[in-house]
Amino acid sequence: MTFALEFTLLILLLVTAAGAIFVKDLISAVLLLGCYSFFLALVWAWLGAVDVAFVEAVVGAGLATVLFLLTLFGTAPKDNRLRRPPPPMAAVIALPLLGILLLYAANDLPEFGDPGSPASVHISPTYLEQSYSDTRTPNVVTAVLMDYRSLDTMVETVVIFAAGIACALLLRRQTS
Amino acid sequence: MIRPHDSIIVQTLGRFLIPVIQMFGLYVLFFGQYGPGGGFVGGVILGTSMILSVLIFGHDASRSQVAKKVLHGDGVGMLIYAGVGGLCMIGSGEFLNYANLEIPGLETASRRSLGIVLTQIGVAVDVAVTAVSIVFSLSAEEIIEDSLNG
Repeated sequence: MTFALEFTLLILLLVTAAGAIFVKDLISAVLLLGCYSFFLALVWAWLGAVDVAFVEAVVGAGLATVLFLLTLFGTAPKDNRLRRPPPPMAAVIALPLLGILLLYAANDLPEFGDPGSPASVHISPTYLEQSYSDTRTPNVVTAVLMDYRSLDTMVETVVIFAAGIACALLLRRQTS
Repeated sequence: MIRPHDSIIVQTLGRFLIPVIQMFGLYVLFFGQYGPGGGFVGGVILGTSMILSVLIFGHDASRSQVAKKVLHGDGVGMLIYAGVGGLCMIGSGEFLNYANLEIPGLETASRRSLGIVLTQIGVAVDVAVTAVSIVFSLSAEEIIEDSLNG
């Protein structure tokens, strides 16, 4: 049953992603990308990463869709048809080979949820054991993000701020 | 420039939904310590509610004034975050080590919890302002010049 759900979600992901690439109308592509983000959020939630799923649903499906649509409305309305040149021969041959190589390499990855994998034995047990007594914060993700790794989070905030400033500098022209 | 939406259904639903979305955003922001959520998601939800009001009621409506005023807060979120980090340095503490916040009557773990809440508010303010600011940048140049100059 779990396997069936997983399989359906992955197929829906592939279908929406391919649809967003192949559909001719750009507004349809934007909405398909929103659907893709919702399915990806479901996959994250199924894998147990609830915080990531939340961000994916809110940012990927909500905010990014609005920004894409506003960008589309800002361009010329008749410009929504694309002419696609056929892909070069080298890409058609090389990219499937690269995919096969990656699948082959994925055999060496640790199993999902393996307690002996390197990611689970390095510092994660320390966080899981001590974060509540250290910070009184039941959500370990928040404790790691905002306390143990708070300098990283601060620089991420600087990145978002810089993105807003860059958009303002590029797009807000003086009309007078 | 975004004009008000014609449909009465959209306007009525927006009037009803925007406060609910804002309440949910605040809930996600302050519940981030106990469940999924946190400053980033809460800030995006708060920003999205203001974007929704601009999309439904247009740039000039009185309901969009909040979104316009928010634009003046560019950088305040960064200031809150870095300011909490700076407050930790008082009394030879380390930058962003919330255990060094000089608040009498609080033990170390509670100080760190308080620091997490304050920095999450900073992240939320920063993200919400940036989201609204990008939408205004994409949609209306002359309106922004008017609202910021006069």
